[in-house]
Amino acid sequence: MSQDARNEIRAFITAKFPRMTFTDEQDIFALGFVNSLFAMELVMFIEKAFGTRIPNEELNLDNFRTVARMADLVRRQQSAATAR
Amino acid sequence: MTFVGVVGAGVMGTGVAQNLAQSGHSVVLVDNDPDALDRAVTRIELDCRMSRMLGGPEVDPAAVLSLIATGTSLGLLAETEVVIENITESWELKSALYPKLDAACKAGTVFVVNTSAIPITKIASLTSRPDKVMGVHFMNPVPMKPACEFIPGYHTSEQTKDTVRALLESMGKKPIPVNDASGFVSNRVLMLTVNEAAFLVHEGVADAETVDEVFRSCFGHPMGPLETADLIGVDTILYSVEVLYEQFNDSKYRPCPLLKKMTDAGLHGRKSGKGFYTYAG
Repeated sequence: MSQDARNEIRAFITAKFPRMTFTDEQDIFALGFVNSLFAMELVMFIEKAFGTRIPNEELNLDNFRTVARMADLVRRQQSAATAR
Repeated sequence: MTFVGVVGAGVMGTGVAQNLAQSGHSVVLVDNDPDALDRAVTRIELDCRMSRMLGGPEVDPAAVLSLIATGTSLGLLAETEVVIENITESWELKSALYPKLDAACKAGTVFVVNTSAIPITKIASLTSRPDKVMGVHFMNPVPMKPACEFIPGYHTSEQTKDTVRALLESMGKKPIPVNDASGFVSNRVLMLTVNEAAFLVHEGVADAETVDEVFRSCFGHPMGPLETADLIGVDTILYSVEVLYEQFNDSKYRPCPLLKKMTDAGLHGRKSGKGFYTYAG
């Protein structure tokens, strides 16, 4: 699941910035292509694509810096939903 | 606390309503399109949730929304102390609205015109209260921007300036005084820059991403002109350039045909999901 999440997130970013090359661990905000407003799009995308609502305490820029961290965030939300 | 009417629930009106409510003012947001009002509420909720992540304060969406009433009738503005108008940047639409606002509001209500390029004195002439009409050019996204242009019209009274200045300061905005002329300072320069950047794309000199990269990487701008166009709204850029052209009758303000085509095609930028770039949503 985590790999699927990574792929989906990566596809979303690549569709928007086709020329940006980045690894799953690289800070996309540090590469100079995206600004913090893109973070809002990432939140909207993740909530829609993975059917989750990210709680306020997780709405932290650090959770959106890399593909890996975003996939971890998705996994946490999904396991929290399963636990409920 | 001031009771403020906000007219127009587009990108700017939504931001203004949110900023006012976050500052503890009571707001009535009016738009003739109920769908626009629904979108505004959704947008405000999302923006409040994101506030801390984007470097702002922690904001409780429920508390902010509890201060904002919405509706489609100008009659809701009757008792407001200040009305901030943010409808589409078009003389035709604004000139139709102001006499109606004048009739709907009590005599003491101050009108704030949020415009990119239309002269304030010209708008004040549409009302019976030119001394109570003031221009403010807010920047987008409104709740995050620390300053705005502050533009008195020819007849604007000192009392009106004081009222609007105090309201802006309570919203965390520094008002920068500028004299009344089409486009003020910001848009005389910015709209032409964006228009010329659109010409570069139109002529195939560079694609949008390259144009923006030059501004970001070479000039250190946080955003390039075409990302900015998508943020402001491609349609709003076109209307503003058209207003400048109309006001100065100078061919340097001729709008780029690409802006016209994109506007006609509905490629209005972030708010429509596609402009020079494509967005999620």
